[in-house]
Amino acid sequence: MFYQFITGPLLWLAFIVFFGGLIVRVVNYIRGLDWQLDRVAYRAHPGMALKGALSSIIHWLVPFGSVGWRFKPIYTFIFFVFHIGLVVTPLFLEGHAVLLKERWGINWPTISMGLADTLTIGVMAATVCIAIRRIALPEVRIVTTFYDYFLLLLTVAPFATGFLTVYQAHNPWAIQDFWLYAHILSGELLLMAIPFTKLFHVVGYFLSRGQLGVDFGVKRAIKAKGGFAW
Amino acid sequence: MPEGILCNKTPVTSKEQLDSVLADKGGKKYYEEMKRLDVDVEKLQTTLQATCKSRIRTWLEMCAHCGLCADSCFLYLANRKDPTQVPSYKILSTLGKIVKNNGNVDNAHMKYCMDVAWSKCTCCNRCGSFCPYGIDMGVMFGYLRGLCFSQGFVPWELKIGSGMHRIFKAQMDVTPEDWVETCEWMADEQQDEWPGLEIPVDKEGADILYTCNAREPKHYPEDIAEAAILFHIAGENWTVPSEGWEQTCLTLFAGDWAGCKSQVENVYGAIERLKPKRVLGTECGHAHRCMVIEGPYWAGRADGRPPAPYLHYTEWVAEALRTGKIKIDPAKRIKEPVTLQDSCNYIRNYGLKDVTREIMSYLVEPGYFVEMTPNKEHNFCCGGGGGINGIGMYRQQRNVGLKVKRDQILATGCKLVVSPCHNCWDAIRDLEEVYELGIKWTFLKPLLIKMAIIPEHLKPKEEEEE
Ligand code: SF4
Ligand code: SF4
Ligand code: SF4
Repeated sequence: MFYQFITGPLLWLAFIVFFGGLIVRVVNYIRGLDWQLDRVAYRAHPGMALKGALSSIIHWLVPFGSVGWRFKPIYTFIFFVFHIGLVVTPLFLEGHAVLLKERWGINWPTISMGLADTLTIGVMAATVCIAIRRIALPEVRIVTTFYDYFLLLLTVAPFATGFLTVYQAHNPWAIQDFWLYAHILSGELLLMAIPFTKLFHVVGYFLSRGQLGVDFGVKRAIKAKGGFAW
Repeated sequence: MPEGILCNKTPVTSKEQLDSVLADKGGKKYYEEMKRLDVDVEKLQTTLQATCKSRIRTWLEMCAHCGLCADSCFLYLANRKDPTQVPSYKILSTLGKIVKNNGNVDNAHMKYCMDVAWSKCTCCNRCGSFCPYGIDMGVMFGYLRGLCFSQGFVPWELKIGSGMHRIFKAQMDVTPEDWVETCEWMADEQQDEWPGLEIPVDKEGADILYTCNAREPKHYPEDIAEAAILFHIAGENWTVPSEGWEQTCLTLFAGDWAGCKSQVENVYGAIERLKPKRVLGTECGHAHRCMVIEGPYWAGRADGRPPAPYLHYTEWVAEALRTGKIKIDPAKRIKEPVTLQDSCNYIRNYGLKDVTREIMSYLVEPGYFVEMTPNKEHNFCCGGGGGINGIGMYRQQRNVGLKVKRDQILATGCKLVVSPCHNCWDAIRDLEEVYELGIKWTFLKPLLIKMAIIPEHLKPKEEEEE
């Protein structure tokens, strides 16, 4: 009964809040752009704008693709382990695909269990590194707030609980279905939290990097061959 | 609501006001008054509502507090990695707080904002290219300066600078008459060496309309003479406007948005009046930024472009060398290690990196040009940008900031720095004064005049006739 509820109506609610919230975010962001206040001619040079935005987004999306990423190789490695695991694992996990098949008969591509485990362990290890970095480096500590740790915990929770669910048999704290429920609930909580916290960067990244890309594309790098060397 | 006589929320717009602020040497009384200046919270709220839109709000909200931007800021590096110099910390603790509190801040906070906005950021925009989200503190500090200015929290020198622009349409007290006289004087002075050299004023439909930095007529008139000589050698059909000749905009540094608009309109007015084919600015970074990069927006031009193609001096030089309008005597090329200062204003923020290197390829014997590291769009600010060069109160902070450029220059092993930007030029001059490295620094104009092959018909005639 409880299981039916959290994988039924509650899951739907989580998805609605997640997608709905993000759509509102995107719309509000774009509506709040002002060519004169921002001093960026968003509409006047569409070709240059698009090129600038794509270049800016792609350089930073690809591991070690930007000067900034190459400047901090260790952090960059941790960062991408974290983010690739975060995105790929839930989307292509066999356990999730099975649900899709059972409920709606959708055939969804999956990754192997081994890969999923590796990615999940990667996410958890990266979380620890990120937390240590926040404490150890003075330049990070000074901007870190309690809220940052909270978000980190919120993000990693579905992964840690998911991992414990899968490895029930070896889990010394195994309680009947507890980890499964914790996994589902923390996942839904994360989905619903994204639009309301700075985790909205799942779309915000593209908006913000894109905006700066347009800025450089139509204005600040117009004389640079090939655009700004991100 | 207490307002000072000198320090207040009203910009300087009359000669009398200007004189009384100027008379307060070093801003002693001015800063005393600032301590009691009230914050007009309501006005701040209205301004925020009207001008703080999704770009800045998103940057402030989304910043991941990752600290990746720290090492990108030369002031962080120069201050031995002082965490309070981390770009995200600087902006979150100033503008971030104003926005979070929706303008409910006190005098102490505004004073803190002023100190950070003018002494801990030169608006060089380097951090923006090192943040994964592209959060650009240079842009945000520029915005914060506007808020500070509107509340009267602005360094004394920039209150004056803004007043100068509002009264004289120039950053210094140079009237159109002074300007035209200086041009005539400079043209006269050159007649022995350059017979027939002219500085045409207000010629309509010229190929080039030349604009410059007020410090040229005021303190370095030879710079105008040099520009004229080079146009003369190149055989350009050029002119200067009697009104609208001042290309710089200290109002931009001051955060005086209305002042920026009127300065830009003044110069664009000259362009529309004289209808030149192209406009050319002097070797100045922030002047280019004001009139070419940001200017169109101040003036409300939706395409983001000035009314006529507007070149930076380096673009014209590269073109003149490329097309052979100016030919360099190979024997006179620079034969010592020489490096180049990439100005943030037209390199990072306009993309002229290849143009300046093309120039160096003509002026420097192969093998002698040494790049700084980092360079091009990733170069560090010289240390004197954003107005800090001229603010007495922040001299100490400025001098510390110069260390990064000092070490960059030292690492090249060069004793000569080419710097086609007034501000960078000043900073490197001061750098030599403070740290005594034994370096020389130069604009392009004097180098070009020294190295150019002078066409026969331009040389003085008398000697041959005798
Ligand atoms: S704009 Fe330049 S000076 Fe200002 S915080 Fe960024 S890197 Fe530092
Ligand atoms: S690099 Fe960007 S996201 Fe990270 S702390 Fe700096 S401004 Fe914030
Ligand atoms: S003074 Fe020169 S180096 Fe410094 S911000 Fe301005 S252009 Fe950049």
